[in-house]
Amino acid sequence: MCLVWKLKSLKSITLRNNFSPTLIKFKMKNILIAALLLFTGITVLAQETGADKVLFKLPGVTVTDLKGTKISTDKLFNEGKPFIISFWATWCKPCVKELTAIADVYEDWQTETGVKVYAVSIDDSRSSAQVKTLVNGKGWTYDVLLDQNADFKRAMNVNAVPHTFVVNGKGEIVWQHTSYSDGAELDLINVVRRLIAGEPVAH
Amino acid sequence: MKTYFSTFTTLLATFIILIPALLSAQNNPVGSQVNGNFQMDAQYYRVDSAIGALPVPEKMQMNSWTNITYSAGSFNAGLRYETYLNPVNGYDPRYKGTGIPYWFVDYKTGQFQVTAGHIYDQFGSGTIFRTYEEHNLGYDNSLNGIRVKFSPLKGVELKGIYGTQRYFWDKGPGIVRGGDADINFNDLITSWAESKFRFQLGGSFVSKYQADEVIYNDKQEKLILPLNVASAAGRFNLSYGNFGLGGEYAQKMNDPNAMNNFIYKKGESLLLTASYNQKGLGIIVQAKRLDNMGCKSKRTETGNVLDIAYLPAITKQQSYTLAAFYPYATQPSNEMGLEAQVNYKFAKNTLLGGKYGTDIAVNFSAINSIVKELVNDSAVLGASGTLGYTSPFFKVGDTKYMRDFNIEIGHKFTKSFKLLFTYMFEDYNIEVIEGHPGEPMVHADIFVAEMTYKLSPSKALRLETQALLTKQDEGDWMMSLLEYTVAPKWFVSVADQWNYGNQDTERQFHYPLVAVAYNNDANRIQLSYGKQREGIVCVGGVCRNVPASNGFTLTVTSSF
Repeated sequence: MCLVWKLKSLKSITLRNNFSPTLIKFKMKNILIAALLLFTGITVLAQETGADKVLFKLPGVTVTDLKGTKISTDKLFNEGKPFIISFWATWCKPCVKELTAIADVYEDWQTETGVKVYAVSIDDSRSSAQVKTLVNGKGWTYDVLLDQNADFKRAMNVNAVPHTFVVNGKGEIVWQHTSYSDGAELDLINVVRRLIAGEPVAH
Repeated sequence: MKTYFSTFTTLLATFIILIPALLSAQNNPVGSQVNGNFQMDAQYYRVDSAIGALPVPEKMQMNSWTNITYSAGSFNAGLRYETYLNPVNGYDPRYKGTGIPYWFVDYKTGQFQVTAGHIYDQFGSGTIFRTYEEHNLGYDNSLNGIRVKFSPLKGVELKGIYGTQRYFWDKGPGIVRGGDADINFNDLITSWAESKFRFQLGGSFVSKYQADEVIYNDKQEKLILPLNVASAAGRFNLSYGNFGLGGEYAQKMNDPNAMNNFIYKKGESLLLTASYNQKGLGIIVQAKRLDNMGCKSKRTETGNVLDIAYLPAITKQQSYTLAAFYPYATQPSNEMGLEAQVNYKFAKNTLLGGKYGTDIAVNFSAINSIVKELVNDSAVLGASGTLGYTSPFFKVGDTKYMRDFNIEIGHKFTKSFKLLFTYMFEDYNIEVIEGHPGEPMVHADIFVAEMTYKLSPSKALRLETQALLTKQDEGDWMMSLLEYTVAPKWFVSVADQWNYGNQDTERQFHYPLVAVAYNNDANRIQLSYGKQREGIVCVGGVCRNVPASNGFTLTVTSSF
């Protein structure tokens, strides 16, 4: 409130000392607008060029794990370390390809970075019973979550699977990617490595 | 001058007041956020009378969806804007137009969660209630109303819903209301938290109300219609170590509707699942009985809209083009089905595993009709306005609907070469499933070989060759697809589907397709050009008929 009074008084002083009221008013207003915009710009920029450019925070939606326990997605964590959320389905060939490719190097990734993969299946009740069968049959060691009615998928704005996210140690999503091609999993681990090193996650 | 000055001051004042809020939002991670996604599908059509691609007057059709979500702590709200100008071929033309058919506000506090607006939810496996959307199929049966979730104790969740359903740009005539209770004993009883024995129980109840209307039976007598139709279901799930067993039983009271020819028979269904799992091996067997469980919130509706019940097919969902050539669609009025699947991994450095291991998956499904018997000596089977039929619970009918056996073997030969081989045989009752009276059962043998060769850590070449061999319907088909990818951004593919075995040599058509896609994080743009065969596209158990088309397709998706 003090600031308003100060600016108002500044404006009246300037008006008194100049001969063209309209010109002064215009100039004054422009300067103030510019100052405000600069301030806002700095505020917004400060948010964007910080160590982690946060895309959004994990929403709180209910999913179930393979044992039938209900979990709220905003409580997903990895002891302060980054983790990966990968949306997939048993009928999605590129999704299974991506998770198989990661499974081949998962142990190495875990030893190096302590990263964890949450594989969220969007299979509905037609094929959700086969999720456990496929996961075990392929020997995957991921934390598998079932999102049978696509609640988590919708809350995360996933359009099509595969869609993978990297979440930092604070539960904030910092990177996302859709579709899979051989070799794309290297990008995933590079993002995790940058997070651990405290480097910015560039796009 | 005065008004000018005061507007400026107001703006200034507002801004200054907002600054502390902006700063605190930055420091406080639980600030508000806005995010969303967008998808657009546009198709440009060319006439191709040979394959049956009819002229499209507007030449270009477009569908798009935009979702925006706002969340701030325990409060969430969202909406979806859809445009169909005009709906892409294969979508119900009643979707034509633009608007916001979906919005919601949601608030969570302690033990309660309240949602108002459009709701997607399911009870159990969805047999008596499921609302969901699948925009790639043009499917949306959202409930416009309220939902309350209440968790009185840890492990116990109660849900109640009440509303009307989406009907294109309008609402269905029926009111749907219901409730569900879910108990997880391992969360409820603290001493069971780490137990090897896991047990869940659930029960649900749904009732639909529709005002009376005038419907006549075959004898031109006005039917006495039940205005309120109730369904109830009970489910359980238990597992001990590696073994699991689950089941769901549902019943629906008399519900004469257009899908069951207005009979008064009750509906009944039973689903049983048994499984065994350990690292490297997964086995599951499912058995299903379905008798007159189709339920919509409009008695006379026959389209893919206003469903209250979700009755998925008990067959494996296929993703290869020729393997999905003859997809099974659930017969809501009667089905006895069985599905079994085994997934196994031959470990690395064993005889069959080789250097990297071998994955094998075997799946088998068998679906027959139920047994329908006359109610009494003078009745006609399934006549409208009568009880319809009776059906002994455990008997399997004589009509074969589907038999399908598939085996999939995946093996990595070297660091750069991987092969996925699939063999499938299928007995498909095309007469019943697709409604082609008089056509013989289709017996098809399908072979698919998918080879991936990595040229470098980020460049790969993928070749898919498929063959469908059959003596019925249109005869043999062959399909090849070659895809070149540069991870993570570029995808280029060429494909061709060829009906080389068609009895009519004039109809041995080729369906070529070229596609290019560019991907940048969560944004994707894909352009394809070619011919699309008339057929069925299935996503998640719901199928949509796609007419033959020839032309360009542009798809843009983005998440932000």
